[in-house]
Amino acid sequence: MDLNLTAEEMAFRDELRAWLASNVPKDWEEWREKPMEESFPYLRAWQRKLQEGRWAAVSWPKEYGGRSATLMQQAIFWEEMARVEAPPMANSLGLGLIGPTIVAYGTEAQKKRYIPKILSAEEIWCQGFSEPNAGSDLAGLQTEARLDGDHYIVNGQKVWTSYGWVGNWCELVVRTDASAAKHKGLTVLLVDMKSPGVEVRPLRQMTGESEFNELFFRDVRVPAENVLGKVNDGWNVAMSTLMYERGSYGARLHLIFKRYITRLIELARTMPRSGRTAAEDPVIRQKLAQCSAEIEIMRFNQMRAFSRITATGVPGPEGSIQKIFWSELNQRLQQIAQEILGSYGQLMAGDARAIDKGLWSYAYLRTRGNTIEAGTSEVQRNIIGHFVLGLPRSY
Amino acid sequence: MQFGLSESQEFLKDSARKFFAGECSISEVRRLMETDTAYDTALWSKLTEQGYTGIIFPEEYGGVGLGKIELMLLMEEAGRALLPGPFFSTVALAGSMLDAVGSPAHKKQYLEPICRGEVRSTVAMIEENANWDPRSFEMSATGGKLTGKKYFVSDAAIADFLLVVARDGVFLVHSKARGLKISPMQGMDLTRKLYVVEFSDTPAEQIASNSSLSRPLDIATTALAAELVGGMQRTLDVTVEYAKTRKQFGKPIGMFQAVQHQCADMYLETESARSAVYYAGWALEENAPDASTAVTIAKMYASDAARTVGNRSIQIHGGMGFTWENDIHLYYRRAKASETAFGDATFHRERIATAVIDSASVSARSA
Repeated sequence: MDLNLTAEEMAFRDELRAWLASNVPKDWEEWREKPMEESFPYLRAWQRKLQEGRWAAVSWPKEYGGRSATLMQQAIFWEEMARVEAPPMANSLGLGLIGPTIVAYGTEAQKKRYIPKILSAEEIWCQGFSEPNAGSDLAGLQTEARLDGDHYIVNGQKVWTSYGWVGNWCELVVRTDASAAKHKGLTVLLVDMKSPGVEVRPLRQMTGESEFNELFFRDVRVPAENVLGKVNDGWNVAMSTLMYERGSYGARLHLIFKRYITRLIELARTMPRSGRTAAEDPVIRQKLAQCSAEIEIMRFNQMRAFSRITATGVPGPEGSIQKIFWSELNQRLQQIAQEILGSYGQLMAGDARAIDKGLWSYAYLRTRGNTIEAGTSEVQRNIIGHFVLGLPRSY
Repeated sequence: MQFGLSESQEFLKDSARKFFAGECSISEVRRLMETDTAYDTALWSKLTEQGYTGIIFPEEYGGVGLGKIELMLLMEEAGRALLPGPFFSTVALAGSMLDAVGSPAHKKQYLEPICRGEVRSTVAMIEENANWDPRSFEMSATGGKLTGKKYFVSDAAIADFLLVVARDGVFLVHSKARGLKISPMQGMDLTRKLYVVEFSDTPAEQIASNSSLSRPLDIATTALAAELVGGMQRTLDVTVEYAKTRKQFGKPIGMFQAVQHQCADMYLETESARSAVYYAGWALEENAPDASTAVTIAKMYASDAARTVGNRSIQIHGGMGFTWENDIHLYYRRAKASETAFGDATFHRERIATAVIDSASVSARSA
């Protein structure tokens, strides 16, 4: 056990820090509150800049434009990005999830065709996985693809698609064999979002914004050469994408949560409660302390998981711990924020009296989604129960 | 960065597990807990043969010279086996204190026999108000003599000498010393006996004056948290096993999500406590600037988690979990006693609050 950075990790971090110091945009603060439609060209430009420095996809193999970074280096990357409050990258799903899946399962022609434009943010990618009737039970999805000559004809509906409105391409999971067992009849298609029959609608969520879209496919023709991996092996391809979802990206959460709690402590010093400040109130103190400690433990858990993956080579189902831990912690953190802010906690952006421009009311609502997106807490507990502890499947 | 055990650490943990499985079975635990001191001479000499009594102490005093992480791994396995008797009190607590504040002569005289397994010891700290904050201790020495009472002193009746934390330093009192009276307290944990230790003009040898005790207490506190992690792991293991085999409605109860999800939470709580303990062990070993905070975080989390894991386990075991015959309550009792020792979660949360709220919170900013 050695929690000091190795010389290589230190060199990686220092090179990145130096690059960020002279390249991270100074005006992100002015852009971050604008609707994504407006800021998207800005995010594209930022990603291109990162790619010029070969920082857009550090986890990718060198031959595909990455740095073949170790998991620990990837974690360092996200920590450093969070430290300087760098803007997100435009093509975050392409870079984080779909690109690596194409590298793993794609043909040479597919890699040549798609990878460079993912890196350059020229083509934005979205994911067509969940459906109205296939959420936690993803393998029960119904969107069907029927082979017609050298094309598949796709019909169905997807939901909770991030970047659907701006996506040029979609990693779409479809059913190609309705007679097979539900995990066995799925295939992944790479779908051009400009194909006739694709319709994208915004999905308004409880926060009032539309981060996600609904996608409708009506007789959409997709060339058979756009199958990723093997026909009817789509479950494995899709699972590999979801595995990347639970990768190093979480490393940035530590700093983000720390920033939250630091700000909350500042606010607690000014908010009155029972004749003193909230910062002096024993109950609030206990809760802030619990949260601070859990933020650290989240990081310890992550570091242990990264080390284990590095040693064994595969991300295991233990990742479910991280998912449960951070999502439920974030909910508790936002509840404490509400307790500290009292009646001011409810004020939304747009009200001049809102604290931190309505950050806390927004975050409070947004965190309800944390225990649902990317695998509900219930599914994560099923994964731990069955795959880690070896209990019989409950469903 | 590598937050996993090294090969030699894995080996130590593995051999400790095997050792305890062979020498300290649960029936042996049950036998010893019915005795006055829960101490067994034969078991102690086997612990000594393994080098466990000198694990973290310098070789010049007969120790093995291993690091704090190794101590935590050993304590974890001791906790899994519910090792009864004065091992924690002697090694992690009294030994660490002698090692940290004793002079070379004191170490030669007192630490060396601990390493050699020749003596048992403990530390008397808290008083009638049961406050673990050292600033609250009132006892002080007058002319090399101690008068007053210390409470909740673990394993005092089997100790050959006791270290006493007083306002004006750390004192050593021999078990045969004049005016020393040791009377048992009926604690919940049957495997680690507690005592009231009363001093009346009792001669005491001063080991240290006003030196800070935070380092040895940090080591002991983390060791106790590590022991809790071992207990949690054992509790989780037997609970999962029970959930796989116990059938109701024609199915193993572990198939029901109400049960399965509690097991998943037990796993999450156990692993998280383990991460916090290993980190604290590493921070102590490296003398990291955040070592004391790391210790506080580990004890805070483990104190709550051990109780919660025990609660879940008893519930999943149903009626069986409520019987004397089932072993879960033995771990549950230990967890409750260890929860309050060296400060419970509420105590440690207030310490964290003092650090992160009352200080200028510069550290979080610069992070």
